[in-house]
Amino acid sequence: MKPSERMKIPRHEMPEQDATERSGNFQEVNQGFEEQFACREAERCLQCKDAKCIPGCPVGVDIPAFVSAVSENDLSKAADILLADNVLPGVTGRVCPQETQCEEVCVRAKKGEPVGVGHLERFVADWAREHRKDLFEPPPATGKKVAVVGSGPAGLTCAGELAKRGHAVTVFEALHRPGGVLVYGIPEFRLPNIVVDAEVETLQRRGVEIVCDVIIGQTYTIPELLEEEGFDSIFIANGAGLPIFMNIPGESLKGVYSANEFLTRVNLMGAYRATEVDTPVIRPTRAVVVGGGNTAMDAVRTSRRLGADPATLVYRRSRAEMPARNEEIKHAEEEGVELKLLNTPIEILGDDDGWVRAVRCQRMELGEPDDSGRRRPVPIEGSEFEIPCEIFVVAIGTKANPLLTQTTPGLEVNKWGNIIIDDTGMTSIPGVFAGGDIVRGGATVILAMGDGKVASRSIHKYLMNGQA
Amino acid sequence: MFKIVSAEWLAPKVRRIVAEAPRVAAHHQPGHFIILRVRDEGERIPLTIADSDAEKGTITLVVQVVGATTELLCELEPGQAIQNIAGPMGKPTEIEDFGEAVLVGGGVGTAVIYPQAEALKKAGNKVFAVIGGRSKEYVIFEEELQAYCEEVFPCTDDGSHGYNGFVTGKLGEMLEDKSRKIGAVLMAGPVPMMRAVAEVTRPYNVPTIASLNPIMVDGTGMCGGCRVTVGGEMKFACVDGPEFDAHKVDFKELTDRLATYKEQEIFAWERLQKGHQCKLDQQEAACRASS
Ligand SMILES: Cc1cc2nc3c(=O)[nH]c(=O)nc-3n(C[C@H](O)[C@H](O)[C@H](O)COP(=O)(O)OP(=O)(O)OC[C@H]3O[C@@H](n4cnc5c(N)ncnc54)[C@H](O)[C@@H]3O)c2cc1C
Ligand SMILES: Cc1cc2nc3c(=O)[nH]c(=O)nc-3n(C[C@H](O)[C@H](O)[C@H](O)COP(=O)(O)OP(=O)(O)OC[C@H]3O[C@@H](n4cnc5c(N)ncnc54)[C@H](O)[C@@H]3O)c2cc1C
Ligand code: FES
Repeated sequence: MKPSERMKIPRHEMPEQDATERSGNFQEVNQGFEEQFACREAERCLQCKDAKCIPGCPVGVDIPAFVSAVSENDLSKAADILLADNVLPGVTGRVCPQETQCEEVCVRAKKGEPVGVGHLERFVADWAREHRKDLFEPPPATGKKVAVVGSGPAGLTCAGELAKRGHAVTVFEALHRPGGVLVYGIPEFRLPNIVVDAEVETLQRRGVEIVCDVIIGQTYTIPELLEEEGFDSIFIANGAGLPIFMNIPGESLKGVYSANEFLTRVNLMGAYRATEVDTPVIRPTRAVVVGGGNTAMDAVRTSRRLGADPATLVYRRSRAEMPARNEEIKHAEEEGVELKLLNTPIEILGDDDGWVRAVRCQRMELGEPDDSGRRRPVPIEGSEFEIPCEIFVVAIGTKANPLLTQTTPGLEVNKWGNIIIDDTGMTSIPGVFAGGDIVRGGATVILAMGDGKVASRSIHKYLMNGQA
Repeated sequence: MFKIVSAEWLAPKVRRIVAEAPRVAAHHQPGHFIILRVRDEGERIPLTIADSDAEKGTITLVVQVVGATTELLCELEPGQAIQNIAGPMGKPTEIEDFGEAVLVGGGVGTAVIYPQAEALKKAGNKVFAVIGGRSKEYVIFEEELQAYCEEVFPCTDDGSHGYNGFVTGKLGEMLEDKSRKIGAVLMAGPVPMMRAVAEVTRPYNVPTIASLNPIMVDGTGMCGGCRVTVGGEMKFACVDGPEFDAHKVDFKELTDRLATYKEQEIFAWERLQKGHQCKLDQQEAACRASS
């Protein structure tokens, strides 16, 4: 096919579940491509020699090659290429901010729409999940043992890469189910947990051992893993963890949740299936969520699905400053979520029985730019008003969990409690590496995976040559 | 899966369960708890480790049936298994030589103070225990505690055993007794009891530690559901506690937050009972069909 012909093909839109319908269920919003559309979309790729999209991907997926295989309808080959660099393609194809990564630098984005790399990635991953249960030929064992702390995207990626190189890898996970934020935070309607389970199973078939219910810092400490349990190296990827509250009156009222608690109850514990599971969650008729990121979007859309009407999002800056992906904001609005921008909660009001009754907010206006370059919100005196609600969800971010770092003498952290690493990913303790949110603060799935990959290479060198 | 080695009823609706959990047993210290799920789709609930045997790789739990999950747990027999046990969690009890230490346990709370008794004794304390129950049959761990205590004072609401009245009454007498030099009070039990004990010791300025029991989910500091207010500050009981200075705890808030899911808990309980009834009906039908 000639480039001019490729240029004529319009970008194929992702089919979505009807907005009214989906605001009442937890099924996926995005429905995925049919095979013929995937082929067509793949034909839009110009197969650049010096493809900008590859370095645009933190795990360096050979995008033109897998896309080309899709256009040739050779899905098995596409899957091989994709899985060689990305152990969680079904996840990243659904939740990556492609618009600021591979798709942003796509040449086709200069004049029109980029190739739908994310959508194609998801398509190939879903096909592979259905059609491929490869038995991996185990590589020759090196005799080296590595422990990975945390089974989020950083830990899983690092574990997969190390297993490929013949090291014996054990992942320790505090919760009863592997996946980290992918299973406890990101809701079913964006990322079904079975997609995560299937990709985790593939890793297990590759030889990665996953042990749940083990909290490093409590069940074992890092020094114990090295000195008593016989691990030669460790990768710490325990995520960002600890939720931040607003420090305003009323945060102990019944009906006030951190986003982590609210989402964990619903996603990990399955509380939306009230008749089948034992974990409860409050089903609100009115909900208010504060925050402007993906987490806030997920929380407010979840509350909507549990029956909140209105489900209101309060954010102190304007839409342009919202860190959430555009797609999420658009989807939320379609589902009937109300955005109250340039507002901030200043007090949570309770009734006589200690339940949340309303949130008192104050209007803001944008002043001079702050350190982040975004215009600083300034309160408008006398503009207070109340929004009635039964639940109030705080989604303004998380900070480093000190559980592990406190019990690891000699492990250097910065003033926010994030672990400090060098270029190779190694911490202040020789042989102990770290990556993902515990290093970066709240970031993204793919950056966490990139960290896992970098660390796996360094750990391999460290194990084989004694030096990262 | 974590196999149950033994299980028996200690008192009405109170069961002692010994389960295999070698990793937890090897690291258990007094004050630690675990979080378990009885089955898939089950809730995560926190329970104190009442005892452990690192060599055998087992831990002991003492569970009171108060709702659906504790009921399901107490239906399990030796040989059956618990789906998940994660731990140990929480900060261990700060054990010091207080001179004389008094442990106060109410109901299943008595199981919480049991490992503390041993540790306090080893640290050189003269240990006393004041343990309460509605009546004689509800008093647990009396004999076990004898091993580490100078004296154990059972208290019953109806006077059927030991001191006639609440633990606070007995404790008040001890605090008044000038021949005693009580250096610390450590307690675990129902919230109203802990609240009352804190008020009893406050005028005497005796350091008083309460083991709090808010609703928890993960137990790792990730959700903040277990938050309690201590000295005006927000604390996460699972990682900052569960033991706190009782004189600074906002017990009213704790009581209040524990009632968050009252409606859902009743629903879960009724559903469980209905399920049981169904099973009985089916068994009966099967019996009739075969006879
Ligand atoms: C609600 C929500 C929505 C998001 N949406 C997106 C999105 O759409 N796109 C995107 O790219 N990013 C998104 N993010 C961010 C992204 O999920 C994180 O940046 C990413 O998951 C970080 O990966 P990680 O491997 O570092 O840690 P995590 O995913 O946090 O995993 C850490 C794991 O370690 C475990 N752990 C913690 N402490 C211990 C311990 N002491 N011992 C053993 N195990 C431990 C935890 O239980 C957890 O399973 C979202 C985040 C949230 C909360
Ligand atoms: C650190 C800690 C240690 C604990 N140790 C023990 C122990 O050793 N033995 C024991 O029997 N119980 C202990 N508990 C309490 C136990 O976790 C609850 O009884 C259990 O979660 C109730 O679950 P359920 O589904 O059976 O009852 P539900 O139906 O959920 O609740 C029934 C009743 O119990 C109350 N309740 C619910 N959750 C809790 C809770 N987390 N704590 C206290 N009351 C609650 C409710 O307010 C309600 O009145 C401990 C709690 C904590 C936080
Ligand atoms: S139980 Fe979730 S933070 Fe304590």
